[in-house]
Formats: sequence, C-alpha cells, structure tokens
Amino acid sequence: MVNLTINRKPISVPEGTTILEAAEQNGIKIPHLCWLKELNEIGACRLCSVEVEGEEKLIPSCVTPVREGMVVTADNGRVRMAARNNLAFIMSRHDGRCSSCSRSTNCRLQDLCNTLSLDLTEYYPNIPSGRMIEWPQDFPLIRDNTRCIQCMRCIQICKKVQGMDVWGLIGSGSWTSVGVEGMRKIEQADCTLCGQCITHCPTAALHERNDIAKVKDVVEDPDIVTVAQIAPAIRTAWGERFGLGPEEATINKLAGCLHTLGFDYIIDTSFGADLTIMEEATEFLERKKRGDLDQYPMFTSCCPGWVRFVKSRYPQLVGQLSTAKSPHIMLGAVIKSYFAEKKGIDPAKVRVVSIMPCVAKKAEADLPTQRNENGLKDVDYVLTTRETARMLGENNIDPRNIEDYPFDSLLGDYTGAAVIFGTTGGVMEAALRSAAYFITGENPDLDMFQEIRSDKSEGKAWRELTATIGDTTVSIAVTSGLVNTNTLCRAILRGEVKYDFVEIMACPGGCSGGGGQPLHTDDVERSLTRGSVLLKMDENMPLRYSHENPDIMKLYSEYLDKPLSERAHKLLHTDHFGWSMDD
Amino acid sequence: MERLKFEKPREGQKVLEGMYKDMSIRILSSPLGTCPVDMTLNFVRVCHAQSCGKCVPCHVGLGQLVKMLQEVMHGAKNPNILTRIRKTATVIRDTADCAIGYQAADMVLRGLEGFRDDFEEHFRHGGCLYRSRQGIPCKESCPAHVDVPGYIALIGAGRYEDAVKLIRKDNPFPSVCGYVCEHPCETHCRRAMVDAPINICGLKRYAVDHSGDIPVPDKEEPTGKRVAVVGGGPGGLTAAYYLSLMGHSVKVFEQMDKLGGMLRYGIPDYRLPQDVLDNDINYILATGVEAQCNVNVGRDILVDDLKEEYDAVYVSIGAHDHRDLGIPGEKGNRVISAVKMLREAGEGSGPDFTGKRVVVIGGGNVAMDATRTSLRLGADNVTAVYRRRIEDMTARAEEIEAAQAEGANIMTLMAPDHIELGEDGGVSALWVQPQIISNVVSGGRTNVRKAKADLERISCDYVIIAIGQSINSKPFEESGIRTERGVIQTELSSFVPGSGNVFAGGDAVSGPATVILAVAAGKVAADNIDNFFGYDHKISCTIDMPNPPMSNGSPCGRVTLRQREIPEIKGDFSLVTQGMSPEEAGQECGRCLCCGRFGYGLFSGGRTMEW
Repeated sequence: MVNLTINRKPISVPEGTTILEAAEQNGIKIPHLCWLKELNEIGACRLCSVEVEGEEKLIPSCVTPVREGMVVTADNGRVRMAARNNLAFIMSRHDGRCSSCSRSTNCRLQDLCNTLSLDLTEYYPNIPSGRMIEWPQDFPLIRDNTRCIQCMRCIQICKKVQGMDVWGLIGSGSWTSVGVEGMRKIEQADCTLCGQCITHCPTAALHERNDIAKVKDVVEDPDIVTVAQIAPAIRTAWGERFGLGPEEATINKLAGCLHTLGFDYIIDTSFGADLTIMEEATEFLERKKRGDLDQYPMFTSCCPGWVRFVKSRYPQLVGQLSTAKSPHIMLGAVIKSYFAEKKGIDPAKVRVVSIMPCVAKKAEADLPTQRNENGLKDVDYVLTTRETARMLGENNIDPRNIEDYPFDSLLGDYTGAAVIFGTTGGVMEAALRSAAYFITGENPDLDMFQEIRSDKSEGKAWRELTATIGDTTVSIAVTSGLVNTNTLCRAILRGEVKYDFVEIMACPGGCSGGGGQPLHTDDVERSLTRGSVLLKMDENMPLRYSHENPDIMKLYSEYLDKPLSERAHKLLHTDHFGWSMDD
Repeated sequence: MERLKFEKPREGQKVLEGMYKDMSIRILSSPLGTCPVDMTLNFVRVCHAQSCGKCVPCHVGLGQLVKMLQEVMHGAKNPNILTRIRKTATVIRDTADCAIGYQAADMVLRGLEGFRDDFEEHFRHGGCLYRSRQGIPCKESCPAHVDVPGYIALIGAGRYEDAVKLIRKDNPFPSVCGYVCEHPCETHCRRAMVDAPINICGLKRYAVDHSGDIPVPDKEEPTGKRVAVVGGGPGGLTAAYYLSLMGHSVKVFEQMDKLGGMLRYGIPDYRLPQDVLDNDINYILATGVEAQCNVNVGRDILVDDLKEEYDAVYVSIGAHDHRDLGIPGEKGNRVISAVKMLREAGEGSGPDFTGKRVVVIGGGNVAMDATRTSLRLGADNVTAVYRRRIEDMTARAEEIEAAQAEGANIMTLMAPDHIELGEDGGVSALWVQPQIISNVVSGGRTNVRKAKADLERISCDYVIIAIGQSINSKPFEESGIRTERGVIQTELSSFVPGSGNVFAGGDAVSGPATVILAVAAGKVAADNIDNFFGYDHKISCTIDMPNPPMSNGSPCGRVTLRQREIPEIKGDFSLVTQGMSPEEAGQECGRCLCCGRFGYGLFSGGRTMEW
C-alpha cells in the first residue's frame, strides 16, 4: 500500500493506483473527461490536473501513479482555474446548444460545465465548419465534428477493443481533428457499424442515423399496417433512460408503449430467434454431415457487425457463415408472408420496424439481399434502443403510466432459448439445445452447454466446448468483441484450432452491450450485467427449447413444412455474397 | 537639443531577440510528421509579421498568400487555387523590394515544387494523405528506431545491462554506436525546444562502458534455413545477428583478416578502440554466427555458387574503393588514398610520416580521420585542403575542431590543380587554385568558383586523397544483379528484384553512409529474409521499465564530452574523447523529456517491445 494525502486527507491505496483513482476511491472528486480505464489513459483533456508538492507544473492525475508520501492538492484556486479554463477551451470548439442535443441531461461534458459554473463567454467560439463537418447523412453512423471534444476514446475503442482503426487523428497542427483514419470516406473504411464508438463517446459527436421521423410517418399513415418487433436484448436496458430497471421496464410494457404510439402489431423478435435456431441448427447438422465443416467451422450469422467484419477482413470465411437470416430479418420475412396472409393484409402495405440494440442492423435491413421475391424489404426500418426511448419521449409517452401489452398471437410465443440470444454465447447455447434434440430425439440437460457462458471467459480470447451428443461429437467456440474475433479467426485459418460451430458477436458481451443501447455518463460497462438478466429470464421460462415453441411448430406445420424446406430456404436464408461492403 | 544619441536596445527587444533564437532552434528541431503545407502557411504568416509595410507585394501580397494557403489547407473550392498561389508568389518574388518579401515568396514557390503532392492532397481532400503523426522524435529519427527514451530511463536507474539489452533489440552495435554514431536521433530531440538536445550518443557510451557481461538472448528453434552474408561490416553482422536469433544458420564471408569492415579498417583507433568493436562483434558471434575471413566473394567464391548453396544471400559489402581526383600527377609516388592509408594504419602497418609534410584533400569525415591519423603517424605538418569553406565541410564539426586542436591546418577555398612531382617521381608539392564562394544552389549547398588569383604551391611530401569512396559491385553485376552508378538496385524490403534469393543493403545499395544506416539496412534485411522463408519471427526484449518522472524538469545545459589532453601526438592512437562522469550521466538522463510518456507518445502507445 502507498500512503499519500489528497486535499490534506491521508489515504492509503495499492501501488500502481493513479492519483485520480485514489481520489475517487476515497470520495474526492476530480473532474475528468477523456480518461477511460485501460483504454484511454492519455491525459488529453487535462481537466484532472492537480498540484503535487515538489512539482512545478500541474500533474495529470489520470495517468500519474501515486507515490509514497505524495502530497496532492486538487481543491485550490490554481487547480480549479486549470480545470475551468481547459473545459472552456473544449467548449470553445463544441456546439454548446445543449437544449437540442440528444445527450442533453445525459452528458458528462454538460454536467461538468454545470458543476464548475462555466462561463461560456470567456473564449472565442471556434466551432469546426465547412469541410471539417462534412458527413454522409444517410450512413447509419453519424459523426458530428461540432460536438467532438477530441478525447480520442472512439479511436481507442475502435483500435483496442474492435481492432478496426476506423477512427484516427487527421489534419495537422492547429487543424487536427478526429476523423476517418487515413482520410478515407466512412463508406470505404470497412466500418462494421458495431457502434462501440458511440457508446463510449462522452458527447453526441457520434450517434446513429435518426430514423424516428420515417417511422412516425408510417405509424401515422392510416393505409399502412405497422408491425414493431423488439429484440431480446432490449428488455435488459430500454427502461434505463426512464430510470426504470428491467423488473419494471418489461418487454410487455415496451409493447404497451409502442401500441399506445400507434403500432398495429407488436411481436417479440425472440420468435424470430427461435425460428433462427430451427433453421441454423438444422443447417449446422446438415453441413457437418456433408463435410462442409471439415476444415473451417460454420459461423453464426445473426450479428451484422460480425458479418461486415468477416466480409472485409476474411472474405475466405464468408462461405462458412450460416445462410440463415438474422432473427429480425427472418421475422420480417414471416410477417410479410405467413402473418400477412393469415391476417388478410396486403404485404405491400405492411411496414416492419425493428427495435434493436444495434446500429449495424440499420445497414443490414437495407441490404439488397434482405428482400422477398417482390422486392419488398423484409424489415423496413430499424430503431436503436436509444431512438425508441427518444421516440416515446417525443410523443409524451411515460412508460410508468403504460400497462403491459401482450404480444400478438400467431407469432407470439417464444422460449428461453431465444431470450438468451441477447448475450454472448446465447445463440450457441440455444442452437445446441435444439441440435441435440434433432440428433437424439430427446431434450438435452440444460446445464450441458453452460461452459460457454461469458462468466467462464477467464481472460481468454474465446471460450470453447466439446460436447458428445448421442454418437456425434460437436466442438464449438464462442467469442465477442472484434479483437477477440480476429484472434480466433487467425487461429482457425492457421489450423491451430478446429471447431464445428462458432458464435461471434461484434460487441463485447453480445447484444446486451450493443452499440444501440442506452448511454450513461459513468463509464460502467453494462453488457454482462444486462446479459445476466437474460440468463435469469431463461431459467424462469416455461419453455426453454426453440423446437418446443408452439407458434413455431404451427408455422412449420401450416406454412414452411420443415427447416430448410424450399419455402424456408427462400424466405429465411440469404446470400452473403449478394452484396459488397462498398455498395 | 538632441542631435545624435546613443541607442540602448529596449528591454523588450532583448527579450524578443531571445525568442527569435529559441524559435529558430525550435523550428530546426521540428517534430517529424508535421504537415508541410501547414508549416508553409505559418512561415508565411511569420514573414508577413516581419513586413515593414512600405511595398505592396510584401505587405498586401503576403496577406493574400496566407488566405490562399488557408483555403488549400481545407480543400479549396477554387480549382485554380494552386496556379493562383504560384502566380501570386511569383509576382511577390519578382517585385518585392527587399528580402523580407521576395524570400518569403520564394519559400512558397520552393514548397510548391518540393511537396507538390501534399499541396494537391490538401487541395483535393482538405488534409494530408500521409498520417500526420508524431512519434517519439529520437526513436523516429534513428534509422534503426532504437528505443532511446527507454534506454536513457534505464541508464538513469543505473541499470546499464538492461539499457544495453534494450538497445540490442534494435541495434547489435551498442558499443560502436556509443562511440562513433552520427546520432541523427539528436536532430529532432524535443529537449532542444527547452535548451539543447540530450547527448544521446554520450549516454549510450556511458551505458556500454559501465555494463557488465550480458548473456546472449535465447534463439528460436533452428529452422534449417541457411543464409550467406557477404561482407562482415556493421550491416552484414546486424543481419547475421537477427537472422541467427530467428533460428536461421548464418555464415559471414569477409575479405579482410578480421570482421568489422569500415568500423575496423576505416575508423581510426583513437575514435573507436578495437576492443570496443570486438565487444560487439564477439557478442554477435556468440549467437552462433559463423564467419570466414580472408575470402573474396567474386574471386574465391562465385556469387552464383552462394545463391545455389544457401537459401538466401545478403550482400552488405562496403565502400572500400577510393575515388580518383583526376588531376595531373595523381599517379606519382607518395600519392595515397585515404581508405588505403587508414586501413594500413588500422592494421598497424601505416606509413611512417616522421618529419614529413602531408596534405590531405577533402572535407568529409574520412578526410578528418586521415588528417588526424597522419599527425599520429609522425607528420611534422598536416594540411587539409578543401574547395569550400569550413561550414561547407561534410565532416562533423567535432571532428574538424579536434583536427585543428591537434595541430592540423585547414586550408579552405583551394581547389587542387595538379600535383608536382620531384625527380624521384614522388610528390614535391600540391598546386591549388584559390576559389571564391559563389551562389547558393537549392538545398542550401554553396557553390564555389575560380577566384581571380594565381595558383598557389603547397610544398609537401605526401598527398592523401579523401574525396569519396565507391563500391566494387563488379562480381555482383556479373551474376546478373542490376547496379546503377555502381550501387546495387533493390526493393525497399532490400530484396534484389529478379535475383531469386539475393538481398542487399548498406553502402552496397546507398553508397558510402553511416554505421547506423548500415545497421538499419541489416535489420530490414533480416526481417524480410525471415519473411521470405515464410516465418514471422519476432525480436523482442522483456524488461520492466522504471517509473517515469511525473513531469519534465527545468532547463539545464547539455553535457558535452571532453577531449583528453595529448602531450605527444606521434604514435598516440589511444582514445581521445572521454566519457561522462557518473554525475554528468545522471544529470543528462534527467534532462530527457520522456517523449514516450508525454505528448503523442502517451497516446500512440510509445514503447514497442518487439519487431
């Protein structure tokens, strides 16, 4: 332990602790903006500068480890002036019209300006303009340079967690700015649209394309039948914006909100997830039998960030992706066929809106391959969790006053297997539950595949499991986050490891930590805690095997026949070679 | 009534003069990776601030240039902007009354010419194409990218073995470079912005002088691949060292008695003692590198045979051939090439100059080595004759000063005309034509032309020619390796195109250059030969680094190395420059700004522990 004083208070912290952490652990507040533990320890914003006895200059507390006998002052005039002036510098290049900003009241920059009673008239405004703020507004990921404070977090997340180098410092000297690395256009930067840069941005400089207006237009159009579908991971987090935990902000309450807003039908994407399992597990067993997986495994295809990643980085593995459409696209396809038919609605008049924890889903829904034979899009619009909450707010809907609303029957049932799609390892676990049934005709023990859950990671790049099901041995691997993914792909390609089936989620922890999920100012990673909510829900579900979903069984018996049937193939599978990243 | 008055400079002016001085040093030590267009824009701003305001082209025109350059910076809407800048600058250059205006415009025109690509990139995309990135200045400027702040921190912590280990990760000649490196690392040292660059080379010498024995690092599993290295100089031995660590089996072919190349046969002992050199070479050999001396590739072994017998060949021959002056009398007795004289002196068989007068022709480091060696070989009088001025000499300033301090004359602005031979067919004098300094050609090098003055006679007994060296690339040409102006043509990976399995680097490719450039070339070659074999071996160094300081220290002068007093120079070949004292080394380490820990270095990760 190292002994020091901060603001005259004697404290004792483990060696290697930074001054900033030592202060926070002892209830002493030091303002900071750019610092993000282990990812962005670069001392860029300088708000956390403190006085250290014996040092001439102020010292950035975020990157300076404590030393024995150190005397730190973080509350005198010099330190306060430094923080205030540096914050004023930042604000001089930041569009501070907070009232119209999507992060207003949920923004550390705003909080700090308030806390430090910042005088915004102190410096000349120097907000980027002209070429510095050009951006293709139809791209699913939007960067607003007028809100960027150059904390570099996006650069670091993209590089260190996702290994992607989309962001970098461009320009030079006084014209330096965060931008697309190497002066590329964002469309050509192989961005996976994982959105992790958004969820780690302290301001609204990064956000998703706002599709609320388009959705509102169709909801209000009396000639259009709108169907909303809600992804499994939404139930872990959608209430956060309203201060509601997952117990109160249930998925059916959200359905109630959307119904109040004017959606005609509301369906849980978990139904699509169960359907995905039927197709994907069957496809897996077929391909394994066919010898398709002798060299490389089959990969899950439900994460569009991962699909974009593999298309740009490892085109030689694209053929190994499951051809199954992702759950919401599958569900969209079923809504515009089976569902519309049963309800007697013209599919051309149906608009499907997916509520997703994801930014990449916006791009996925727009792909030329995700349409039926009449050219109708399977899913018309995708809103992120954040946009959904904002849309409710814009329409004066307070979830507290809204009753739960049941999902529409016909596609209403879902199992615990589908619910866990929203966390890393969930798709694999769900698929194996059904695959085991398909092999042996009996439901496997539910504990059988839990080795691949995220709490078994132990710091490894991926988790693996070999299971013997009847006379079949299946070896599988699961990972999330694209640095981990890259490591796994390289090991697979080099032949160092060999699996039959691999699940990959681009966002660390899976969809519960998705790039479309609610934002916070506390830098706490919520992915795994949100994910554990899903695992808990699964445990409490009456049905936990996708193949036991009654609505799924009905869909097959009345419409699709069986998994991988001709009709299932046409509706529920896709061609990953049918589009390119540059389209 | 006041008529004349004595003008005392205002206090403010004195402060400003100090700022000019600091700023000029600051600009000279500019970080690598700044944008040339941005810098040009801001230079013009400074020039504009210097304008007196009398003439239109300067006080109005420079302002317009600033605006146009600003427009280019962010991607111009006007498609003719670059042409307009050129026209505007041309008019200012042609019509500004004084240098404040026309020199500023000329600078812009030079930029448009010299980094046209960057201007066009800005014009089209509003930014630089290349990454405008500032790494750690010393590490970036070092051709071998040695982790300078890392080893300085280790020296500061008294961990000399670790410091040497860290250097060897990127450069297996820590001792040699501690003594004779040209230290390009110091050129952009950020400390210059505070006071003066760190004496990096001196600190490295301190580390090697104080380091104990270091065991050879572990080698990778043997790969069974065999590499022939032609030339046992710094480049060849560097490649051999890393290839050997990567698990390949390496054999070095050296034409001389001993390994070391120019380090042994070109650099005199008083600058680089043989045991210092042997220290590095023995360490390299201890990794299992095999060496065969006294074998001439091309004569004793054919290049084609090496290509056949080995999986790869690295050609790292040095520039051992001397260049002729092309003046009458050059073939006379007692006209010697500097390379030959230094080689013989290195072998202990140099000529005896006792009581003789020696003239050395040339202004480079080799000329200074020849001059100082001649004094040690007993010459009564040594004169270095050079066509240009002292400031135009390519020799390092320390070398010129040392030669003068040791009693050599330096005669400048004299071009050799002919050598007068006596009855014995030997040298009796050198006739020189006085020169006058003339126009400055681009790149800042100053020309000379013949002065209106008669030839002058310098009577002497020996003439030593030190005007440059060349490579004997014939044997390689004969085996189909392409050369141009005597040097081997390679790809940037050091692979010789079309050769199948030959790589080349160092003087053989670049022409005569420095130790650290040869080391860098050897490192690049080792990496690419490993890759050529289909491996991806890493050279790494695992050392816990000491805690960095919390902040940069206050201004403090640079420690320079002292020269030993030499009572009798004849026969005294022992080391001249003395190392730092422990007190000096400690202070000098404390001056390091730890650029890996502060500024961009902290963002970009700074330290790389493997390559």
